[in-house]
Amino acid sequence: MSAQDVLVVAEIQRETLSDVTLELLAAARGLASATGGQVVVLVLTADGARHAPALAAADRIVVVDDALLAAYSPEPFMAALQEIVVAEQPRAVLVGATSIGWDLAPLLAARLGAPLVTGGKAIQPDGDGLRVTASFCGGKMLAEIQVAASPAIVMLLPGAYRPATEAGKGELERRQLAASIAEGTVRFDQWVLPAGGDVDITQQEILVAVGRGIQQKDNLELAEELAQTLGGAVCASRPVIDQGWLPATRQVGKSGMTVKPRCFIALGISGAPEHVEGMKDADLILAVNTDAKAPIFDVAHYGVVADVLDLIPALTEAVKRN
Amino acid sequence: MKIAVVVRQIPDLIEPLEVDGSGTAFDLGSASFIVNESDDHALEQAILLKEAGGATVSVVALDFGDVDNTLYTAAAKGADRIIKISLAEEMPPPPRAAAALYAEAIKPLAPDLVLVGVQAHDEWDGGVSPFLAAALGLPYVGVICGVKAGAEQGTISVCKEFPGAVMARLNVKLPAVLGIVGAEQPPRYVPVARVRAAMKTARFEEQEAATAASAPPAGSISRLYPPASGSHAEMLAGSESEIAARIAEILAQKGLVK
Repeated sequence: MSAQDVLVVAEIQRETLSDVTLELLAAARGLASATGGQVVVLVLTADGARHAPALAAADRIVVVDDALLAAYSPEPFMAALQEIVVAEQPRAVLVGATSIGWDLAPLLAARLGAPLVTGGKAIQPDGDGLRVTASFCGGKMLAEIQVAASPAIVMLLPGAYRPATEAGKGELERRQLAASIAEGTVRFDQWVLPAGGDVDITQQEILVAVGRGIQQKDNLELAEELAQTLGGAVCASRPVIDQGWLPATRQVGKSGMTVKPRCFIALGISGAPEHVEGMKDADLILAVNTDAKAPIFDVAHYGVVADVLDLIPALTEAVKRN
Repeated sequence: MKIAVVVRQIPDLIEPLEVDGSGTAFDLGSASFIVNESDDHALEQAILLKEAGGATVSVVALDFGDVDNTLYTAAAKGADRIIKISLAEEMPPPPRAAAALYAEAIKPLAPDLVLVGVQAHDEWDGGVSPFLAAALGLPYVGVICGVKAGAEQGTISVCKEFPGAVMARLNVKLPAVLGIVGAEQPPRYVPVARVRAAMKTARFEEQEAATAASAPPAGSISRLYPPASGSHAEMLAGSESEIAARIAEILAQKGLVK
């Protein structure tokens, strides 16, 4: 491996390769092409090479196969990741800004004393280092960040790149670690799946989504009436779910559901990257927010600067008239 | 159980953030500050654990922004100790260096459990919680949205969030650091009267920050700017009834009105 190579950490959740992995591979390919390096994907798994065919966009597919990597727990995963990164000495390590990525990337940066950039939307070479465009402040700010040290750990937001389609060399390497990994003090117990019985928002053609702008639980009635009038369902961004106003099964975004309805009406939602990740592919997005600079207007097809509590009743009446 | 909680002040995004003349940093002169939301959840989770099985809750914060109000509110909610770290600099340090300061204050407490919000919106170079775990030499797991006593003594059972409203239940042997994304219930409301009472009775343990902790540079910002807003959406204007009629028309044209 050379210092021009880019290492991607593949993410497997419940035995399925996450979409973000192919997006990371696309980012890595762009970077490696510019520097003459290779794209290396690291698969931490107990499934052998089962996921290798889906990772052919990489030049090298490094598989660490160990029973302790069957389900995620931080310590075994960190031990394996650290050993491979130290051995490979890549220019950059790309990790998804996901539940697992938010553990592994900072811990790796701390252990290696390596620079870390979170919220990455784009990455390119910059001399011997990197230039990363990162989103923060809930998507309301972008920063151009120059990282000199190598390896740099970069967390990329899901959806920042289109999934890789170009085939790489796809050479498979099974790697034995120098020392056997230990179980650690954080141990996987079981998956907890969402309780059934609620509306499946992933199957709805029309979604009326509410955010902080709905202000209080009682105001949900307004959104419910609009949703009923349109024949859709109500969903929400994280702050509404955290308040306990709607069940977790109605959450759209990184920790919630990914939805692709025919119509998504975002009411009082600012458009933080974590939320946008779950709804950006809706056919039609209408957004209403009091802040004309809210990031939600960057993904919406139609936008309105207004107080949702004023607009929702008027919209419900207008739809009824139609 | 001894629990330490870190609470941070962050700019309130209700007001627009301004970039200073250098184009590489925020002008926070006119910004207002609020408690970091996931830290507020971390505090709530600590109080819930205290109520469920008894615990001593110590809250640790850097002296920045409107931190006194946040700390008095924490005391009113049930925090037992409040540790405020004074800063030599005007601004709080970046996450890795901040974690070193928190670690310095937390280490003598010998906590069983350290709870920190998993993320703050003004950080682009990592989360304090995993860096704090590394500085304390403790195991870490983040994106946690529920903590209960474990089946065995000295353990806890936590839920780690994954997409699709799926969670992984993990058993954690203490001591450990958790990055909290949400408590088991929303942070409680505390009446102003109780906060005022706490102002009279709560005592802050004030500590000087040691010389700025050395931390490897994460990188440097060469440009800071708001994304081009409204670059994609077609903005609808007019009275509420005019806008509503226009949206209804769009929905009808798309065959979305039944």
